[in-house]
Amino acid sequence: MTTTTANPDVATSARERAAELARVRADFPLLTRQVNGHDLVYLDWGATSQKPECVIDAEQDFYLTANAAVHRGAHTLAAEATELFEDARRVVADFVGADDDEIVWTSNATAAINLVAYAMSNATAGRGGVAAQRFALASGDEIVVSELEHHANLVPWQELAARTGAVIRPLPATDEGRLDVGALETVVGERTRLVAVTHASNVTGAVTDVAAVVDRAHAVGALVVLDACQSVPHLGVDLHALDVDFAAFSGHKMLGPTGIGVLYGRRALLEALPPVTTGGSMVEVVTMTEATYLPPPQRFEAGTQMVAQTVGLRAAAQFLSDLGMDAVAAHEQELTAHLLAGIAQVPHVRVLGPTQAVDRLGVVAFEVDGVHPHDVGQVLDAAGVAVRVGHHCAQPIHRRLGVASSTRASVGVATTTAELDVFLDALAGVRAYFGLATS
Amino acid sequence: MSGLEQLYQQVILDHARERHGEGLLDADPGAAMVGESFQVNPTCGDEVRLRVQLADAPDGGSPVIEHVSWDGVGCSISRASLSVLTDLVEKGSVRDADALSETFRALMSNRGAPLPLEQEETLGDAAVFVGVARFPARIKCALLGWMALRDAVAKALTGPTA
Repeated sequence: MTTTTANPDVATSARERAAELARVRADFPLLTRQVNGHDLVYLDWGATSQKPECVIDAEQDFYLTANAAVHRGAHTLAAEATELFEDARRVVADFVGADDDEIVWTSNATAAINLVAYAMSNATAGRGGVAAQRFALASGDEIVVSELEHHANLVPWQELAARTGAVIRPLPATDEGRLDVGALETVVGERTRLVAVTHASNVTGAVTDVAAVVDRAHAVGALVVLDACQSVPHLGVDLHALDVDFAAFSGHKMLGPTGIGVLYGRRALLEALPPVTTGGSMVEVVTMTEATYLPPPQRFEAGTQMVAQTVGLRAAAQFLSDLGMDAVAAHEQELTAHLLAGIAQVPHVRVLGPTQAVDRLGVVAFEVDGVHPHDVGQVLDAAGVAVRVGHHCAQPIHRRLGVASSTRASVGVATTTAELDVFLDALAGVRAYFGLATS
Repeated sequence: MSGLEQLYQQVILDHARERHGEGLLDADPGAAMVGESFQVNPTCGDEVRLRVQLADAPDGGSPVIEHVSWDGVGCSISRASLSVLTDLVEKGSVRDADALSETFRALMSNRGAPLPLEQEETLGDAAVFVGVARFPARIKCALLGWMALRDAVAKALTGPTA
């Protein structure tokens, strides 16, 4: 994209930003590779992000210099590894506006949400004593889940409902692919015990009005569980300011390693929540018949932890902090606007979700009339462009928007407008490849 | 030939456009051996519902596949595969369809290499799917219809379910 301007300051700052982007890009070794004879254009950041060298190095350095079991053993290496593990927790907590004892390591975001759902089951079964009774569900209690959810923030609640006699109440989406905030008043009511919503849809990119959800849920005494997988890597997220009760996000989508996710829980809630996975590292006193449990977060971290991954995730959070999440969000908003404007120029392509880059992330799903997403993705792949095809683990919102599946392009910190133009060129040729009209 | 052309051979593109067997047919009145199968591809949410009507062979041998019909949502590979399958197995015997199905599976496991000539010849138009086996993510697309066929025939042979 070329911009002409009479203002030399603006021109300079555009040049500086281009130079900064080139520096950021140089940190991602994988982005230099070729695919099918073309420079890779990676537009699948919403599925998983590529990793900057500092994250790869951090994980490797841990194994080369500091590997030991954490929270056990008194030798120097064990103490150093424990310090790195807990330091990662501090940095990640700080990155999302939480306190460090409110951050529980999990294997991924799906595990984080399942942890809450199974802990509520255990509370329903009477585990966790009187304090945990606030999580117990009774027959006829309601769990409100938005229609925009990834299966990870839907299926665990269906299972919880089946185990407890609670019922799922859907919170509808609008035709534009946003949460229908107007429906909160009627859907969230006296029987609502929990509201599960995404901070940003992984299909429509719509950013949720979290304050409206929290206000209504808290007014009726319900908990809010936020899926922050798409928001944490792309927006500055302050969980205390959002005032949600639980939140989940994954490491691998925010430039970190696979195998690490985060459950955030408000301190008072985590203290009252019974454990789910039990065993070593989460207990105080164990006899042959019973055990007492450590306070959170250790209560929820049974067994040997994924220490190297936490160290890698720390490096990722630090990398994003150094860039500044305001700068990341501004860069990606510019990309989103470019992407949406470009797709609007391609005939027979319909965007699923808001068509303006307002309260919207750069995860853009679309359908090409007459061409199945698998076929769209295949033609793009032949041009070196990596996109996601299918239902993106979110069948209900696809059904709501009248399609079975879609093609999705999603941007990240290292994406350039030149890459988007390669994608848009390839997209413009898709229908022609299958013998369909292109105008 | 580019990778894309190995995948989307002209025969496949033609069958994806002009599909044979699409649109579920009601069974003939009094037909005894009717079976239906519903298959999904969980990675993309594609679905196919396929119905077969069988008849006893005049010589008392393997039953004959009278009709194949199907409906579904799918990509060009899965729909072309269903269309080709319809042409190949309709009016043939269940035994021949089973053999064809096995050969097609062998082709899909062959990483893009053709099968020995005597096997390949039995595949007819289905041989053009050879390139699909070079794209592991697409093999399931090509097999979806064949899985539905096998299931539907098995159901037709075990008789009407109450």
